[in-house]
Amino acid sequence: MVTATDTTSPQDTAESAKTALTHAAYDSKIEGNIIFTQVDAAVNWMRKNSLWPMPMGLACCAIELMATASSRFDISRFGAEVMRFSPRQSDVMIVAGTVTYKMALAVKRVWDQMPEPKWCIAMGACASSGGMYRSYAVLQGIDQLIPVDVYISGCPPRPEALIEGLMKLQKKVETEQPTKTQKVETADA
Amino acid sequence: MTAQKAAEQVLKKFSSATSLEFRGEHSVTVSLQDFRQVMEFCHADLGLNFMIDASSVDNMGEEPRFLMVYELATVDDSVHLRVKLAIAEDVEVPTVSDLWATADWHEREVYDMMGIRFSGHPDLRRILMWEGYPFHPLRKEFPLAGKSSEMPDVAFTGTAPLEGGPFVTSPGAGSRVKAEPRAR
Repeated sequence: MVTATDTTSPQDTAESAKTALTHAAYDSKIEGNIIFTQVDAAVNWMRKNSLWPMPMGLACCAIELMATASSRFDISRFGAEVMRFSPRQSDVMIVAGTVTYKMALAVKRVWDQMPEPKWCIAMGACASSGGMYRSYAVLQGIDQLIPVDVYISGCPPRPEALIEGLMKLQKKVETEQPTKTQKVETADA
Repeated sequence: MTAQKAAEQVLKKFSSATSLEFRGEHSVTVSLQDFRQVMEFCHADLGLNFMIDASSVDNMGEEPRFLMVYELATVDDSVHLRVKLAIAEDVEVPTVSDLWATADWHEREVYDMMGIRFSGHPDLRRILMWEGYPFHPLRKEFPLAGKSSEMPDVAFTGTAPLEGGPFVTSPGAGSRVKAEPRAR
């Protein structure tokens, strides 16, 4: 069978181009490397396997976050090893630790600087609900300021729990419909 | 020089000062008008070149209400003298941040938590709570749970839920032992 890539001599060019047109629907060389899917599914697959975290380490949970990133637990197995200290380059903010009211302003500001799409993991009791700090100084859960996708219990949670949370977030990213939502949002605006 | 000798020298120079020795620790209590001279004397003449801490006490219901406590020492820690200053509400204390640079942040913390103001301080802003927060949370009348406050578009604080929490004492439970959280 002759395909466009098999062309060898200039005399054959016109003839082979004609055959190529006829048989373009089937190519034994690239068959098997083509996947039929939806744009949304493809985009989600790419996004969920390369979630760049913004490490918002505020207390002891940050130590577990660092442990998760290091060799023993190795968060890079899930594509989330690229800790970015610049909010412009990150996808998921991992709020790890006690959010005081004073720090809350900075957390919100960093969150606002992150480009869409963005997700948030509240790691540990303090970030989820204020934890044991029931006092004038501590924000009772970061969800009072920014939307949280995954809450992780624990004080602090073990690295396995953080990885579990990340996998939960990956499942959530899978279900999103990026192109559809974009359409709706532009129509509203 | 020892702490006792330092306290004696302060007493000799300032007639309004009183001193107290307790378990080898020496404190001098001074009046507001002498305060600044006492601190200059301690810094320059007594060589107390290290301020360990500056803190405040709220004796609500007593007069004068507040007490400033300065821990002065020499760097080699051979002398440790405590200087106390009782002050009423709405009275400004002269700053000592020009004598000991570390007093700058200590005084900011006292201002933030207790609301005591320092005259002559170069930068008397809050240090722990956010700028614009309307309360002074370590005052006795301030509840443990906090008070809600709001500055639109800037910041807010809420009241922390304490009901049934692990650190809540049970008032009116009879004895202190029964009122403690661990008794439940």
